[in-house]
Amino acid sequence: MYRYDEFDATLVAERVAQFRGQVARRLSGALSEDEFKPLRLMNGLYLQLHAYMLRVAIPYGTLSSKQMRRLAHVARKYDKGYGHFTTRQNIQYNWPALVDTPDILDDLADVEMHAIQTSGNCIRNVTSDPYAGATADEIEDPRPYAEMIRQWSTFHPEFSFLPRKFKIAVTASDHDRAAVKVHDIGLRLYPNEAGEAGFEVLVGGGLGRTPYVGHVIRRFLPKEHLLSYLEAILRVYNTQGRRDNLYKARIKILVNSEGADRFADLVEAEWTKIKGRGVDLPAEEAARIRAYFAPPDFEDLSDRSEKLEAARAADEDFARWLRVNTKPHKAPGYAIVNISLKSIGGVPGDISDMQMEAVADLAEAYSFDEIRATHEQNLVLPHVKKDDLHAVWSALGGAGLATANIGLVSDIIACPGLDYCTLANARSIPIAQSIAERFADLGVQEDLGELKIKISGCINACGHHHVGHIGILGVDKKGEEFYQITLGGSGAEDASLGEIAGRGLSSTQVVDAVEKLVGFYRGNRQDGERFLDTYRRLGAGPFKEALYEAA
Amino acid sequence: MKLLKLAHGRLLPALEEAQEEVSLEDWRANPQAHAGATALVISNDVPLADVRCDLSGFSVIVLDFPTFKDGRAYSQARLLRERYAYTGEIRARGEVLRDQLSFMARCGFDGFEFAGAAGDAEAALEEFSFAYQPAADGALPVCRRRIAAAEAA
Repeated sequence: MYRYDEFDATLVAERVAQFRGQVARRLSGALSEDEFKPLRLMNGLYLQLHAYMLRVAIPYGTLSSKQMRRLAHVARKYDKGYGHFTTRQNIQYNWPALVDTPDILDDLADVEMHAIQTSGNCIRNVTSDPYAGATADEIEDPRPYAEMIRQWSTFHPEFSFLPRKFKIAVTASDHDRAAVKVHDIGLRLYPNEAGEAGFEVLVGGGLGRTPYVGHVIRRFLPKEHLLSYLEAILRVYNTQGRRDNLYKARIKILVNSEGADRFADLVEAEWTKIKGRGVDLPAEEAARIRAYFAPPDFEDLSDRSEKLEAARAADEDFARWLRVNTKPHKAPGYAIVNISLKSIGGVPGDISDMQMEAVADLAEAYSFDEIRATHEQNLVLPHVKKDDLHAVWSALGGAGLATANIGLVSDIIACPGLDYCTLANARSIPIAQSIAERFADLGVQEDLGELKIKISGCINACGHHHVGHIGILGVDKKGEEFYQITLGGSGAEDASLGEIAGRGLSSTQVVDAVEKLVGFYRGNRQDGERFLDTYRRLGAGPFKEALYEAA
Repeated sequence: MKLLKLAHGRLLPALEEAQEEVSLEDWRANPQAHAGATALVISNDVPLADVRCDLSGFSVIVLDFPTFKDGRAYSQARLLRERYAYTGEIRARGEVLRDQLSFMARCGFDGFEFAGAAGDAEAALEEFSFAYQPAADGALPVCRRRIAAAEAA
């Protein structure tokens, strides 16, 4: 993985010193809260319902054991002993004191971490495929490009006061695990007919109150021009994006009002003028960054592990976890291990300091020291030998981290909701917990197959409800929490936006509603169909009928 | 309100010279009537790509930050410097705050109508030793420094 050199380290250290000064000016009263707000937001510090919340960047979701241990230390020393992994591969702490935040950032800087641009109207932490460098289905590791984007966008002088926040995601696989079609910019690395890798560039995807799937504005962008092309997009957005209305300020509104073709023309015209003028990285620097992501020294193994097969045959719980939580690796004899942060009845994405330590230990012992965070609020050990899977599973089980539900009905994305957030209309976490408890039986869950439930506590859609196979949106109806169901969304390569199923439901009805929908699917699915496939085949009508019948 | 000017790496208070200002619209509508104008005021919703005229006669171009959150003038300044090769003063007006000064300087601003303390403003420009990306200030980006360091080693 990428390591800081003196330049990266100096900039992060200088940032902490700058923020320490800003906090001191706030605490002394030299800065008002209004003046301080944009400064703290540029360092990921929000003021929530009960306390400050600090969001720490995990660039493209890649972490070392040492970094994970430091995250555990921060949870222990400055928070209430836990952290919360977000849908953008970051981690949030919900209870830091303002006066401690410069020290937290110092502690993080020691392990090459920061909270730069995890909030504010700037280019946010870039996200990528959590299986990058491990999965057989990628054409190359997308993370070097994500790191190039991280550096280019860090303290970008022109693009730090954009109309609105700006999110970029990168993948290099046909299987989209980074939701690139619902980002402000989505980049998909793929080979053209000549066999050269380049980017398909999508712009204007996003959720929130006006959801859109992104438009392709360039079919093929040669890799070496990535940064100049991004700079052209951002310049068009910075100068022409709307600033008169907060809710119309994202780039998706500009792209859709101009039309994707005209927007593409604007970008192309700007790009023509800046291409070749020093924004793109010199080849030496691109090669330097790429070298950090060279594959680890995988052993030359047979793809079949007798040790694994014996353990699989002896223990059905282990066998289920293998089927559900592990994925094929590109190196023979290795597997990708998903660690669920969705224990039945737990808070989606939450992890205790002790669990973080356990994950760090396992990564160090069994996964070349690497950990990934996923946008679905889980973790990944990307490179585990099949021979070691049983030991890893046992240790995860001991830490309460072996729930075999990746991609299943209880692997729910939920925003913090009214339990924490000032914007929320309704609680999300208790709904996620109730649904998971209703479907607690892992055998039943596995039989139901891939089913993505996503819950947002308000229209800002941090829980991605628009792209849930079943989406749940909390709304406020005369002071009472209500929930609207959407159906048929997807944030993957087959991206689509869910349709509203009908009238809102109370918090007690919403769990029954999910059960009815799932029951209808089970009764009507054909061979191998996921919930989403059955929904797409039959259409919304019969699902809505099932949902509202005799309710 | 003080005027600060950036020159040779120092940000210092400047005497407020008498400038005759004209807005871009007025100047374009009737250039003869404003032949004596020395400062051109461009509002931040003007796409500079459309300004197809010679601005080199103005000693100052004033760009506006109606609020510090409105970042359009950063792009305008870069375009003036990098695309239109404007070498006169680019002055920031409006909500010009300490913590935005270094972004402004990197985008090519060298005049600042600044309400705070001058010493504080100069300190703000010295918080970062270098930058990752090229901009209008001519600073060598980190990637070039790396290559230079590797060659020197």
